[in-house]
Amino acid sequence: MSEGPITKDVLVKTVTKILIPPIQLFGLYVIMHGHISPGGGFQGGVIIASSFILYALVFGYREGAHRAKLKIRQFLEPLGPIIFGTIGLICILFSGNFLQYSAIPILANAEIAATAISLVEIGIGITVTAVIFSIFMAMGGRKTDG
Amino acid sequence: MKMRKMGPLFVVIVVGAIMAYAVADMPAFGSLTSPAASYVSPTYLEEAYGVAGVHNAVTGVLAYWRGYDTFGEVTVIFTAGMAVLAILGRGFGE
Repeated sequence: MSEGPITKDVLVKTVTKILIPPIQLFGLYVIMHGHISPGGGFQGGVIIASSFILYALVFGYREGAHRAKLKIRQFLEPLGPIIFGTIGLICILFSGNFLQYSAIPILANAEIAATAISLVEIGIGITVTAVIFSIFMAMGGRKTDG
Repeated sequence: MKMRKMGPLFVVIVVGAIMAYAVADMPAFGSLTSPAASYVSPTYLEEAYGVAGVHNAVTGVLAYWRGYDTFGEVTVIFTAGMAVLAILGRGFGE
């Protein structure tokens, strides 16, 4: 099994430890601020996934898989379509169209309807984060013969 | 050239000529009077905050007016991830 490129360089480890929290915070900001400034679930999700990938590259795949466990990722991967579809179906329950947010009584006000958009963006971000990191782990953490 | 290759070539040339003829009627690039710039874009820009409730018109189009499309995009991301994992298998220790 490949452990991945575990570095012994103190400099790389220290800078990575300092850098990862701001990267994740920026990713959350891009997701949550997506309806005001450029950004959204796709972009923010990739930014957060990149912080996990950086961690796995520096501290090894085993440690990376420990930080974002497989069971948690398996749960998070389909969460985006589920949240999105659930919000869409709730709109149908209130006799609106699919994804017609204003059909939900508490979201009738347009400014509050942005809450639904934020929820959708969060769902997208969760899926993108989990899927990107899972693809990285599937490709980078494969068993090797050598 | 063989005769059976001439038929498709003829079709390509005729359709290409029709499309080249149609290009002349298209609005100029960046034209302010084009239909897209006259009705579609201003509507989205004006109603992004009032109707969709978001300041960012891009997010408004993606998540509000084109919500069904974005739903499909997330599903594509999810399906792509599942396809990669189905081919490669879960990685190390997983």
